[in-house]
Amino acid sequence: MFYIPFTCEKFFWVLKYNKSIKRGSLLKIIEVKNLTYAYAKGKEVLKNLNIEIEKGEFVAIIGHNGSGKSTFAKLLNALFVPKEGEVLVGGLNTKDKNSVHEIRKKVGVVFQNPDNQLVASIVEDDVAFGPENIGAKREEIEERINFALDAVNMQEFRKRTPTKLSGGQKQRVAIAGVLAIKPEVLVLDESTAMLDPRGRREVIEIVKDLNKKGMTVILITHYMEEVVNADRVIVLSEGEKILEGTPKQIFAKKEELTRVGLSLPPATILADKLREKGVNIGEVLTPQELKEELCKLFVKI
Amino acid sequence: MKDVSFGQYYNTTSFVHKMDARVKILLSIAYIVAVFLVKEFHFYGFLAAFLFIVLTTIFSKVPFFSVLRSVKGILFFVIFSAVLQIFFNTAGEVVFSWKFITITDKGLLKAGFIVCRIMMIVMGTALLTLTTTPVELADGIESLLSPLKLIKFPVHEFALIMSIALRFIPTLMEETDRIIKAQKARGADFESGNLIKRAKAMIPILIPLLVSSFRRADELADAMDARCYSGSKGRTKYKKQRITYRDIIGFLVLAGLIVGIVFLNGV
Repeated sequence: MFYIPFTCEKFFWVLKYNKSIKRGSLLKIIEVKNLTYAYAKGKEVLKNLNIEIEKGEFVAIIGHNGSGKSTFAKLLNALFVPKEGEVLVGGLNTKDKNSVHEIRKKVGVVFQNPDNQLVASIVEDDVAFGPENIGAKREEIEERINFALDAVNMQEFRKRTPTKLSGGQKQRVAIAGVLAIKPEVLVLDESTAMLDPRGRREVIEIVKDLNKKGMTVILITHYMEEVVNADRVIVLSEGEKILEGTPKQIFAKKEELTRVGLSLPPATILADKLREKGVNIGEVLTPQELKEELCKLFVKI
Repeated sequence: MKDVSFGQYYNTTSFVHKMDARVKILLSIAYIVAVFLVKEFHFYGFLAAFLFIVLTTIFSKVPFFSVLRSVKGILFFVIFSAVLQIFFNTAGEVVFSWKFITITDKGLLKAGFIVCRIMMIVMGTALLTLTTTPVELADGIESLLSPLKLIKFPVHEFALIMSIALRFIPTLMEETDRIIKAQKARGADFESGNLIKRAKAMIPILIPLLVSSFRRADELADAMDARCYSGSKGRTKYKKQRITYRDIIGFLVLAGLIVGIVFLNGV
């Protein structure tokens, strides 16, 4: 009578314990070790970089122009190969020519300009491009197109031509094209930079949603308000990792960010300014948090 | 520049639209052969060929005017060949003569004949492009050229280049439009001056366009690599074209036309 709950408890404890072990070591999907990269002739774009990314994590990488963040994206899927050090994707080394295909199946990269990523004149044909490349059968391609278009909420545009869509919609098609390969990691290399605020919101919502469903996301950006959704933020400057931590931790280091040419999220800036004027307001990152803080003040009055 | 939709595809669903692009391409070629098979001055042969066009137009739900309009592009060519025949053909009886100009009945007939022939061919091929999307055409050509793989002709790459080119036409049009506006805003003048001056004025449009095309090509190549593209090896196709009863009917009708023309030629 007594020992059954006891064993149950122990059982759950073991489960929990196992999970923490896995989170610690086994589920690293991307390992970047002592990575250094330079273009043919010129100075090093990335210097001695060490980054580990776990399965299911949402990591944001920020840095001003020329910080090497876009180069980093291309190193993740073996478009570039490190000069020194290595990049491991699910244990596969990007230097190994034979695993390049496997690596690209695991890491999907969405680039900046949606116009230059779409290969076909019809949405569904474009999404089919990836599955066709990995040799999927017709029925499977169909299933993957449905999955990808549903994920980015573009099913109704399936038969349309991409040139007639808005920037945000085009970029969603580009994301679908990558998702159709069913990657484990989704890398967005400044994929919102060319979009209007609305398009940017559309894309970020979809990325957040995908992450909730278990997709590992690496978001490379220079928009601070996009970073607040991440589990972890990495700040690059001149090819080096200078800061790493949760969005709260990062945005607390205002001086260091401004020194490398980065700003704070708009809501944080507003809160800071209010604090300067003597308003008693807590730390905020998102407009939502700001609203809540302001409401608290209102209630106090 | 207005909204330029590439090609002249007429968007609807019809018997002809649903036909296999490969079959349509082959039938168009066969139709051109049929038109050439018609012997000179055989009115009924042309009537048969013309009826075929009318019939196909009806079954494709394309307005006849759109088919007819396709001739507009080569109107000059049609008139030129007709004029050549009328003034320089000296065979047959003279119907009109004034100074050095002589017009014969044979010349007139032959001019009419040539006009008919060119118009039929153009209308026939226009029906192909009106009822088939550029992508379907590219796929069809790829499939038809696939025997060339035996002599190591890069059929897949060729088709991919074609479909990417089609995909980028509207994008580059937009870009051109933007560049023109940007250069105009900086005071560029494209409208005045003689031909050479105007041609020179195009340079500030062409160079940025060329540069940006290269950048686009570079980015596209990266995006394709990122999506696991590695050539035709191990690649499957999502849209496979299949021969249906429609294609067989189309084939039979055209075979009937050719037999008919050959028969009429003999009469």
